[in-house]
Amino acid sequence: MQNEPNILDPLAVAESWHRKGRSVALATVIETWGSAPRPVGSHLVIDSDGNFQGSVSGGCVEGAVITEAADVIASGTPRVLEFGVADETAWRVGLSCGGRIRVYVERIDG
Amino acid sequence: MELSTLQILNDARASRRAAVVVSDLSDGSSQAFVEGDGIPPEWAAPVSEVLHSGRARLLNVEEKALFFNVHLPPPRIVAIGAVHISQALARLAPVAGFDMAVVDPRTAFATAERFHGVELLADWPEDVLPARPLDRYTALAALTHDPKIDDYPIRAALEAGCFYVGALGSRKTHAARTERLQTQGVSGEAIARIKAPIGLDIGAASPAEIAVAVLAEIIGALRHRDVNLPQEGAK
Repeated sequence: MQNEPNILDPLAVAESWHRKGRSVALATVIETWGSAPRPVGSHLVIDSDGNFQGSVSGGCVEGAVITEAADVIASGTPRVLEFGVADETAWRVGLSCGGRIRVYVERIDG
Repeated sequence: MELSTLQILNDARASRRAAVVVSDLSDGSSQAFVEGDGIPPEWAAPVSEVLHSGRARLLNVEEKALFFNVHLPPPRIVAIGAVHISQALARLAPVAGFDMAVVDPRTAFATAERFHGVELLADWPEDVLPARPLDRYTALAALTHDPKIDDYPIRAALEAGCFYVGALGSRKTHAARTERLQTQGVSGEAIARIKAPIGLDIGAASPAEIAVAVLAEIIGALRHRDVNLPQEGAK
């Protein structure tokens, strides 16, 4: 593996960050319904400072995933998050495209 | 996910091998299976399914929610011979989602004008392949009709476990080829993997039609490939 990973490859980034001693969480799209911006299996990698690479949506829910990832990094307990249609009046995070997705967030341990 | 799982996965991806990561959503544990390394029988059905479909999925197994994520190398076609069929194949392959490379030491054939926008390697396969090895996600189509050019890459493709090995030529030509390969120590089992005469039998007549028949045969081989074929292929 090269020293500087391809920033478009979140799995290579995850391994590289971990190797450098950073605490890392990996988020993965595990289910989608309707119109979803990223397919099942897509990855977002996050460190404890909130740095991230990759995506689980078109930028719509990444902020919320990054916030949850901080808790997962701290506790080590994985979480499943669900996002549906954005509700503008309630200021809720969501997907403007009308789909729903579930995202699994786990810490890289070892 | 354990770091060890991530490392197995990244090593497999770096060497263009397919891998499946199974994550248990309840406790965060995970394991990685690499195609060709032997899949334990209890995992064979779901792991083979995602390897074939290329689509990740969530499954409930014994009341556990398991996520099967699949990482496939992008498939590619290596054509030996910068011939008329290869010109048509080079235009069709990207449409079907394949990377394509053409290898031919005959510089009169391997010209940029004939193969605009295609990766073209105007050298002997013996010189090209060591630097750009064939692998399980490569289809090899030997199209020169010339044993001096075709035989070596056919052997290399069988050894690498390429998901498809096809060779142009009549039944008579292929019988002679079979004899040569046997003399060179290639097993009957490996020789039986060669698709010859090349292409699905659709009555293809023109070079472009033959290219369609070859591409269709390649797609069939990709979707029905043997995911338990050992890494070293069938020698």
